Amino acid sequence: MIKFLLKGVIRDRSRSLFPIITVTVGVCLTVLVYCWVEGISEMIVSSTASFITGHVKIMTRAYYQEADQMPNDLALMDVGRLFSVVKKEFPSMVWTVRIRFGGLLDVPDENGETKAQGPVAGLAVDLLSPSSPEPRILNLAKSIVRGRMPSQAGEILISEEFAGRLGIKPGDTATLIGSTMHGSMTTANFVVAGTVRFGIAALDRGAMIGDLPDIQRALDMEDAAGEILGFSSDFVYRRKPSVNVTARFNASHANADDEFSPEMVALRESSGLASELDMFSYVYAVLILIFIVPMSIVLWNAGLMGSLRRYGEIGVRMAIGEDKGHIYRSMIAESMIIGIIGSVLGTAIGLTVSYVLQAKGINIGSMLQSSSILITNTVRARVTPVSYYLGFIPGLGATFLGTSISGIGIYKRQTSQLAKEMEA
Amino acid sequence: MKTHRNKTCWCLASGMVVIFAAVASAFSAQTPPADEILKRVDRNQGSDNKIIVAEMIIHSRRDSRTVKSKSWIQGVKQSFTEYLEPAREKGTKMLKLGDELWTYAPSTDRTIKISGHMLRQSVMGSDLSYEDMMEDPELANVYEARVAGEETVLERPCLVLELKAKKEDVAYAARKIWVDRERDVVLREEMFAKSGKLLKTLEVKNVARIQNRWIQDRMVFRDVLKSGGGTEFAIESIEFNARIPDYIFSKAALKK
Repeated sequence: MIKFLLKGVIRDRSRSLFPIITVTVGVCLTVLVYCWVEGISEMIVSSTASFITGHVKIMTRAYYQEADQMPNDLALMDVGRLFSVVKKEFPSMVWTVRIRFGGLLDVPDENGETKAQGPVAGLAVDLLSPSSPEPRILNLAKSIVRGRMPSQAGEILISEEFAGRLGIKPGDTATLIGSTMHGSMTTANFVVAGTVRFGIAALDRGAMIGDLPDIQRALDMEDAAGEILGFSSDFVYRRKPSVNVTARFNASHANADDEFSPEMVALRESSGLASELDMFSYVYAVLILIFIVPMSIVLWNAGLMGSLRRYGEIGVRMAIGEDKGHIYRSMIAESMIIGIIGSVLGTAIGLTVSYVLQAKGINIGSMLQSSSILITNTVRARVTPVSYYLGFIPGLGATFLGTSISGIGIYKRQTSQLAKEMEA
Repeated sequence: MKTHRNKTCWCLASGMVVIFAAVASAFSAQTPPADEILKRVDRNQGSDNKIIVAEMIIHSRRDSRTVKSKSWIQGVKQSFTEYLEPAREKGTKMLKLGDELWTYAPSTDRTIKISGHMLRQSVMGSDLSYEDMMEDPELANVYEARVAGEETVLERPCLVLELKAKKEDVAYAARKIWVDRERDVVLREEMFAKSGKLLKTLEVKNVARIQNRWIQDRMVFRDVLKSGGGTEFAIESIEFNARIPDYIFSKAALKK
């Protein structure tokens, strides 16, 4: 039966060409848009995890409430002990201590007077320990534009764009003007070891990366830190394990009555990413719906036209005694073959274009100049296992729906009228 | 009968007017004009120069810490402050010359000018900002006042004055002050933004008689936008019309 229908579809192109083209275009767009949105989503998650949230993050409850303001006065105390505890309790994860801070970077002239000054978004990480995972997490080695990685205390990295604006180069000294965890103004001198470009506009505007003990001294945060970040061992974010780790940690360490007790938050919940990730889920649902509905209407229309053209054929089949239900089912089977052919072609084309976009990417840096979203300037599509079958949902769904509706006409024809219709 | 009633009403009304006028004139005789009160407050608190050693106890959300400083103040335009405690802040200095403010930290040996949004930052984590320090303390120069009533604060009769800034570039667009009627010293203060939002409060805890002036020697500043427990400010010693060498008010003095 299927072989018979397949022959019909291939030999009678007027019956199949238009629906196949429709399905191919729709499926191709579905796959392409899915891979593109998936790429953007993955980049935001990956950048946010690397620079801000980790896959899980420990803060004090009070710090978490105001995390956007980097409230280091509410930071974790006795952080060395807590760091050892989490490493022991969750050995499969990679842990790292960080301080995020704001301030001004001031460049002196030969008299020690301010030559240039700019607002800085600072990050204190373990830069100097040989076992530190930070250079890998932040991709520092590949991001260096001029100079080198810090190799001793008192050295920092700053973003290349920021260095250009301040007129500072590797080897120069700059003064950080910030606030201690007690709120006092503090100043600390650092030597710029190198400049970096992360390819993320929000960071490249004014980033400074310093070694954790240096910044702890500068901000009067001895054995204190704003955050402890945890990453899965392969650095791939998976929601469920992160949520499990969070629940286990909070069950034994969080204390609802103490605003300075440590609390762990999974990536999704921190930095307002939950709404963004939910939005992407909605995008997928809307995307599939958008392609199913118009494609169904187009294919319904195509089915109606086909029914008109095949009016005689269906009449003959009914006249020779073929059951209406059988005819209806055979037309649906035929449409499913068309749907499969269109979906395969559409998926193949969509995946090809997506792979090209995954490899090459598109630079949208000019659109991100004032953006605060942590996303790389070059946005790439991302092909996932879902990309291989996602297009089949609208491809088969629309053809099935279109033919099911247009085929209802078969049941409206009267067998008693067939002879008259045939004569006409 | 009708004429008699009219006469009675007229007599009552004119009597009330006379009584009201008498009360009003008695009140105005006792209450000097608001601007005059402000000038008296400025006279009581201001001097050509003074040297103050003070202690700030800063109550943050988490803990409290004490910062001790010595300030040399000349008129309203020049001041020099050196921090004496805690050890981390020791040697940090601040210089105000007119509308400009510099700070010096011995750890970096750098003199940094405080300007722009940094002026809104807290001084040593307290409830006071650099902008507060930059203010012209002579209220009569900056605000026009109106007497809003009378209240008792610290068991002292006070006049309540509502102040409205005469110019735009001031830290607080409006203030409400409670001035001791006899001592010309502010016992309570509320500071407002242009929108009318309350920003800071000052509550005086003690007033002392020093060199023929009434001086607030213990008070609590509270930044209502901060969640801490306020900043206690206690004057350890104050010397009016002290001799201050000129070099103190120079940038070179910061590094000495």
